[in-house]
Amino acid sequence: MTATAPAGMLTTSQGAQYARLLGVGGYRGSRVVDNDEMCTWIDSSDEWIRQRTGIVERRWATEDETPLSMAAAAARKALDRAGLAADQVDAVICSTVSHFQQTPSLAVLVADELDCGTPAAFDISAACAGFSYGVGMAESLVRSGAAINVLVIGVETLSRLTDLSDRSTAFLFSDGAGAVVVGPSDTPAIGPVVWGSEPGDHEVIQTRPWEVGNPEFPYIEMEGQKVFRWATTAIADKARECLRVAGLEPEQLDVFIPHQANNRITDSMLRHLKLPESVTVSRDITHMGNSSAASIPLAMEALLESGEATSGQTALVIGFGAGLVFAGQVLVLP
Amino acid sequence: MASTDEIRADLAEIVNDVAGVAVEDVQLDKSFTDDLDVDSLSMVEIIYACEEKFGVSIPDEDAKNLKTVGDAVAFIERAQA
Repeated sequence: MTATAPAGMLTTSQGAQYARLLGVGGYRGSRVVDNDEMCTWIDSSDEWIRQRTGIVERRWATEDETPLSMAAAAARKALDRAGLAADQVDAVICSTVSHFQQTPSLAVLVADELDCGTPAAFDISAACAGFSYGVGMAESLVRSGAAINVLVIGVETLSRLTDLSDRSTAFLFSDGAGAVVVGPSDTPAIGPVVWGSEPGDHEVIQTRPWEVGNPEFPYIEMEGQKVFRWATTAIADKARECLRVAGLEPEQLDVFIPHQANNRITDSMLRHLKLPESVTVSRDITHMGNSSAASIPLAMEALLESGEATSGQTALVIGFGAGLVFAGQVLVLP
Repeated sequence: MASTDEIRADLAEIVNDVAGVAVEDVQLDKSFTDDLDVDSLSMVEIIYACEEKFGVSIPDEDAKNLKTVGDAVAFIERAQA
């Protein structure tokens, strides 16, 4: 939609009054790696990993499962559930840190794979906050009139960035994709994004620069206790802020889907947030591991499929991770 | 100024809340890890909760030296003085 301006001035766009999630879809790496198998590589135990993280098993991609194939599979499900054809997508946003090709972007490759026509397509690098970064941007695009329907995909193959000799991180990471379609709505259904970064802490989680000729693979390095403290204090406050800016009291919330980084982080956030017992809390990490940008949409799909959550309920989502970056918002479930 | 036992009692409430340890078990001679089975992630939460509760700053380099409940209470007493 465009708004005609007085003669001599630029015409600007104007979109829908509100935006909402129209559909969600996910794809999990098909290889199940349980803690006992993990402990063939690292000096640890099933009990230790469960106690520190809540993870029982994680999903890894096989050789045939790539960021592109998983992103496309998740996107097809999201589009199908939204009742939209691929050529009705105006913009594709992929959040990933594991598309090992500087250009073209993974979003362009997904648009080609799905036969989307000629949408705007680009990747964002916001690690575990990528899904909420993407939804925040998509909501703005829909309301500004820059796009009608936006595909937001979080996809990772973190197993390929995992240092299997690092007993403090190797058991955490996993592979999968989650996608949503964001489109116009008659009613408010996506709260304001609360987002930002902690630029001074960029070394807390990182991969080393991938220089030409460097034989070292850029595995993920993480100072776990610093991340834990940040997530359980500053990020818990940001989660509360998401509710406040959306005008919601904790008692009005139905579902809490934090980035699935560690069940202990979720436990601590719940203590800080003092959410009512009635709120459904995602524990998708237990059988999935930490899939970074994919974790929130995968957890959302799982709750909807199991019936633990239903369409129309309000969900608080918040992502946080390497950057450090964070983003969250309140969403009405599709 | 809070007494040693008042600080211990408040700390015991925090340890109970974070790690589920019985309040009466949190005594000055107890080691967080060896006696109370508090792991490293719970220690991070306990340290932060202490900073909030007692209005003190506990830098990482000091936190790692707080092996027993008595170490933590003594640190908090000094920091509050």
